[in-house]
Amino acid sequence: MHIAVCVKQIQDPEMPTALLRVDADTNKMMLTSSVSPVISPFDEQAVEAALRIRDALGEARITVLTLGAEPARQVLKAALSLGADEGVLLSDPAFQDPDSYTTALALSAAIGKLGDVDLVLTGRQAADFDAGVVGCGIAELLDIPAITFARDISVDGGTIRVQRVIENGHEIVEVASPALVTISHEIGAPRKASLRETMRAARKPIAVWSVEDLALEAAQTGALGARRVLEALYIPSRDIECEFQQGASAREMAQNLARRLYQANIL
Amino acid sequence: MSAPGGVLVIAQAEGGALSELSREMLALARRLADETGGMVEAVLLGENLGDSAGDLIAFGADRIHIGDGAAYTAYLAEAWMPKLIEVAADAPPAVILIGHDTMGADLAPRLAIRLGTTVATACVEAEFVAGRLHATRSCYGGAARETLSFKTGPCVLTIKSKSQAALDRNNGRKGEIVPLAADAVQTRVRIVERNVSAAAGVRLETAAVVVAGGRGLNGPEGFKVARELADLLGGALGASRVACDLEWCPASIQIGLSGRTVAPELYLALGISGASQHMAGCGGAKTIVAINNDPTAQIFKSSRFGIVGDCQEILPPLIDALRVLRDAKDS
Ligand SMILES: Cc1cc2nc3c(=O)[nH]c(=O)nc-3n(C[C@H](O)[C@H](O)[C@H](O)COP(=O)(O)OP(=O)(O)OC[C@H]3O[C@@H](n4cnc5c(N)ncnc54)[C@H](O)[C@@H]3O)c2cc1C
Ligand SMILES: Nc1ncnc2c1ncn2[C@@H]1O[C@H](COP(=O)(O)O)[C@@H](O)[C@H]1O
Repeated sequence: MHIAVCVKQIQDPEMPTALLRVDADTNKMMLTSSVSPVISPFDEQAVEAALRIRDALGEARITVLTLGAEPARQVLKAALSLGADEGVLLSDPAFQDPDSYTTALALSAAIGKLGDVDLVLTGRQAADFDAGVVGCGIAELLDIPAITFARDISVDGGTIRVQRVIENGHEIVEVASPALVTISHEIGAPRKASLRETMRAARKPIAVWSVEDLALEAAQTGALGARRVLEALYIPSRDIECEFQQGASAREMAQNLARRLYQANIL
Repeated sequence: MSAPGGVLVIAQAEGGALSELSREMLALARRLADETGGMVEAVLLGENLGDSAGDLIAFGADRIHIGDGAAYTAYLAEAWMPKLIEVAADAPPAVILIGHDTMGADLAPRLAIRLGTTVATACVEAEFVAGRLHATRSCYGGAARETLSFKTGPCVLTIKSKSQAALDRNNGRKGEIVPLAADAVQTRVRIVERNVSAAAGVRLETAAVVVAGGRGLNGPEGFKVARELADLLGGALGASRVACDLEWCPASIQIGLSGRTVAPELYLALGISGASQHMAGCGGAKTIVAINNDPTAQIFKSSRFGIVGDCQEILPPLIDALRVLRDAKDS
């Protein structure tokens, strides 16, 4: 079985939001040097899901793909250290500033080029722009079925079985490979890189593919091919003045709060 | 076939009635259609839809495409897509609105790509600026916002729950109903089993009060106390992702970016730090009240009232005091 996992490099989403700054000239989030970029958390869980499938089957080939400039190689290395077998870096000036559509276009072309992929995994959404579009976008462009919000996934012969999160519960769905599955956080914590895998990772191959390698036209990709325009990016301020309840004891503070909620007609 | 230049709402029904989010989208659709000069159309697929079509008209739609039948019992993207494409593709609307829930988030990207366009997900605002649709959505875990416009059409948007106010029901409104054949479609994905629990207590999305707990509740015991408080206030219980991950409460009550969105009158945050990804699900609350033992906790920056203290010590007397005040008000 050949599993392709799409991973995106982003700024650490758990960094203090006070550190976020928008560059007004470029309409982009400024990189904060004090915080290292990471694999988007749901994508790390997608790698974990692939590893669990391999653990259960005894064998599977796992290819991780990322679209990004050269520093994005780091997330491929991180995924290789977790146990993935090979990496593909989609890097070309023409890929710059993509939207969800041109990202899906490049990734689907790369998966098509790999040729024999049985299962594509992505995160439910990238934790920078929180869009949740690229996964289903890839599936549409490859014309393979997609299953979103997986909290569990198993493979039996050619059948992929997924438990997916829905409003107030879950459903179990099945599909024959090839298919694409997007992974939700309910799948559980990813493993940590072991020293052994990290040592092995240094020798695992990372291919670098350009627009030409994917047989795409530069005008179709990146910012040129994008279907949306980013008009503005900003950080809304929502700080409000908090009225802290005082009191000599927990009871007094609690009573004051209860009284204030009634006085202010909130209750 | 839909009319060109209009606004198409992909509506949803729950138990034979139009969903709350669908009503909210209709209000937005009306505003946008007034600018395009087109009409508000809605498409609704499902089974036992009752008078949802009447609801759609009463809440703002001019024309309804309705497919009621066993083929649409449970949402499955592949089963619904051909019908939605049939309605949307012939005479493309200017804008398509879809609710941002687990169904809409699954459906919208596929529909958009099939229609040769793209989608702005989880939008909180949409308006025409010099003839172009500008859609605003939050990003960076709710810490930032972006405004997008489209180079392709139709503009497909998923709309965040509670971001729009529904119009008042107007039973005098007139609309046209176009029945759709409920054709069964061969799908590659097959639903094997569906487990949906009727959520215990008050529904989170419609609750006037939400009591939410986080890591600071220190365990399942703390959630029992939070439940008691929620029951006392006639509210619903919610939680942070950490509390859900620790299995102190059901995963289905997670509030936030990757959970549910609520906008109650009162949101009581107990032992929750106020990470942006959590606030993404409750930032629309009218009043936030926080109890947290760390005076520098981020949650206080969004709270109108706060107590710096230990939940275990504050909650029992708070429940007592609220009960006394409630009884005094009732009598
Ligand atoms: C992509 C992504 C998506 C996410 N989606 C969500 C989401 O949908 N919902 C969500 O909630 N989170 C989400 N998160 C996680 C989020 O970033 C935070 O980690 C999480 O919300 C923190 O939960 P918490 O406030 O319960 O725990 P903590 O951050 O650990 O905070 C606990 C708080 O309790 C206080 N405390 C401790 N003990 C006591 C006590 N005895 N009495 C009173 N106060 C006490 C502490 O001072 C602290 O402020 C997401 C993260 C990422 C990266
Ligand atoms: N630049 C990228 N490189 C690799 N995978 C990506 C990239 N952008 C998005 N993805 C994948 O698509 C998923 C959804 O992304 P998005 O639609 O941007 O929220 C992510 O969780 C990743 O798995």
